[in-house]
Amino acid sequence: MKLQRLGIIAGVGLTATLALTACGSDNTTTKPGATGAAAAKIECAGGTLNVAGSSAQKNAMLEWIKAYKGACKDAKIEYNANGSGAGIQGFTAKTADFAGSDSALKDTEQPAADARCATGKAIHLPMVTGPIAIVFKVDNVDSLQLKPATLAGIFSGKITKWNAPEITADNPGAKLPDAAIQTVHRSDSSGTTENFTDYLTATAKDAWTFGKAKEWKAPGGVGSKGSDGVAADVAKTSGSIGYVEMSFAETAGLKKAKIQNGAGEFTELTPASAAKTVESAEVKGSGDDLKLKIDYNTKAAGAYPLVLVTYEIACSAGNGDKAALIKGFLTYTSSTEGQAQLTKLGYAPLAESVRVKVAAAAAKIAA
Amino acid sequence: MTSSTTTKPAAGAMLPRRRRFGAETIFRWLTTGAGTAVLVIIVAIATFLIAEAVPALRDNKENFFTYKEWFTGPADRKFGIAALAFGTVLSATIALLLAVPVALGIALFLSHYAPRRISTTLGFLIDLLAAVPSIVFGLWGRDYLVDPVKDLSAWLNEYMGWLPLFGGDGPFGKSVLLGSIVLAIMVLPIITSLSREVFMQTPKANEEAALALGATKWEMIRTSVLPYGRPGIIAAVLLGLGRALGETIALAMTLGTTFVISFNLVETGGNSIAANIANKFGEADDFGRGALIASGLVLFTITLIVNMTARAIVYRRREFR
Repeated sequence: MKLQRLGIIAGVGLTATLALTACGSDNTTTKPGATGAAAAKIECAGGTLNVAGSSAQKNAMLEWIKAYKGACKDAKIEYNANGSGAGIQGFTAKTADFAGSDSALKDTEQPAADARCATGKAIHLPMVTGPIAIVFKVDNVDSLQLKPATLAGIFSGKITKWNAPEITADNPGAKLPDAAIQTVHRSDSSGTTENFTDYLTATAKDAWTFGKAKEWKAPGGVGSKGSDGVAADVAKTSGSIGYVEMSFAETAGLKKAKIQNGAGEFTELTPASAAKTVESAEVKGSGDDLKLKIDYNTKAAGAYPLVLVTYEIACSAGNGDKAALIKGFLTYTSSTEGQAQLTKLGYAPLAESVRVKVAAAAAKIAA
Repeated sequence: MTSSTTTKPAAGAMLPRRRRFGAETIFRWLTTGAGTAVLVIIVAIATFLIAEAVPALRDNKENFFTYKEWFTGPADRKFGIAALAFGTVLSATIALLLAVPVALGIALFLSHYAPRRISTTLGFLIDLLAAVPSIVFGLWGRDYLVDPVKDLSAWLNEYMGWLPLFGGDGPFGKSVLLGSIVLAIMVLPIITSLSREVFMQTPKANEEAALALGATKWEMIRTSVLPYGRPGIIAAVLLGLGRALGETIALAMTLGTTFVISFNLVETGGNSIAANIANKFGEADDFGRGALIASGLVLFTITLIVNMTARAIVYRRREFR
């Protein structure tokens, strides 16, 4: 009897697992990487690294770790995607060897992070470009063009119908239905929301009055947990619009709106158009600290302005015996080969001019 | 030969001598220790919660008990429990209203109507439901149950929209109704298992007496099984309520996450303390964590009150047996 029961439990459990695997999201599917080719370039070091932080760059990190470990047998790297805030905290408390973060250290956080680095300083290395896609589902509408002010109007709840004059003005000739707009935002606090609201604040000050924050502040709309939640909600709800990281838009097969940049052109989101915005960003840090100021009003031709950059926050020196591994790993991630892995995961590679600086800074990481 | 003293007891009743480190004493110490540990753990949790929450509460720019929204970013520092506590209690109550009748029905069927074989299998399946991780319920609710609930909501809204519960004009979908239905399914096994056990313990003499007096099966259940099981049912329901109040991830995925106080069940919305903790914890700084812990303290208090009420009711009804 006992055994029989156990058998049933195991059977049901197995079925459940299989069912789950079958309907799980596909974005973690690992495609055969160019591990072999890249292996020659990887600078190996042994040891163990604990890295924590942003979930926005999780897929990139996991892919890089796999490639790095594949080439260097003595290296052990763990990435804990527990959020940027937790990552920075772990870095400062020395439980993480470096942190991944969606936003740069605040001026209040910088001193503690610098102190942790003893002889060095905490530096920002932009590593992963994660474009934010505006995804929508409107019956019989395949393409949508939006000005920042229109976007702000929609997400602040002022524009409520798809055939509102603001939207029709942005889409000359398009037939838009007389349907209610359902906005979908993140219910969990996230760097994506922070970057999106930062973008709206910078580009549509008059229409967006809620400022920049990790928590969604505008009234109305529906909240969903995680980018996958937002993507799932948009895919299910006719007349909905939401914002997600590019990889989730691709995975869920959602339509992406074209966004107007500072030069006045409506640009489609592609890895290349996103990279152009990062390329035009101004470096705010000094020396090897590559803190960027993304210009959401970028006038660069063909640039998609709504872009999130995640940094690796590491010590320039004072890394002790982990220095070689941190340096080796970050040198790999900032190499052309490392960045080339990103496109297939739904990220955009760093623009070459930025990448060169990041690689140079990573190469200088010391004990 | 040394054992001869124990194998050959002297004539007359010789009581085992009480030894200082005998099994008797050690066992007593162990149980006392276990009992004390519970108290220590509870007090430690409470102390931790209070110590972490106080700094955030002190810096809160709004009234913690009446403010409805939750902004803990460096620019704002204002948060309040009102909407969250309301949402927690509302979704848990609706879930119980849905789950209790069904659970008692299943329990009675299993204990008094179903043939033994079916009863065993079905009971096992119900218990299995309790072993499903709550994130699975959350995903299922978010991705599959949401469609039928959307239709149901639209229907309720059309025909019973005059009731504030089902009013509004959409959109429907991720609502208190969806969250409560998922929650109801999650508390179902707890209430079913416990009340089934209680129903099966009804003294056979009582049941047979009722039947002998000419009662039908339903009358027998009403006059002997239900009264006998009442304290057990109450305890089971309150245990289910405790689970419903504390449920985290399933609600974080199925509620519409709005910070308003509204009895509307069908429009997108709803929130709960535990879901809010799951949503906000990942990116929270020290202040944000303190604020979330303060909300945890409120949940702790609500749960404590629920449990104490359960105990009080069970004790008060005990002599009724």
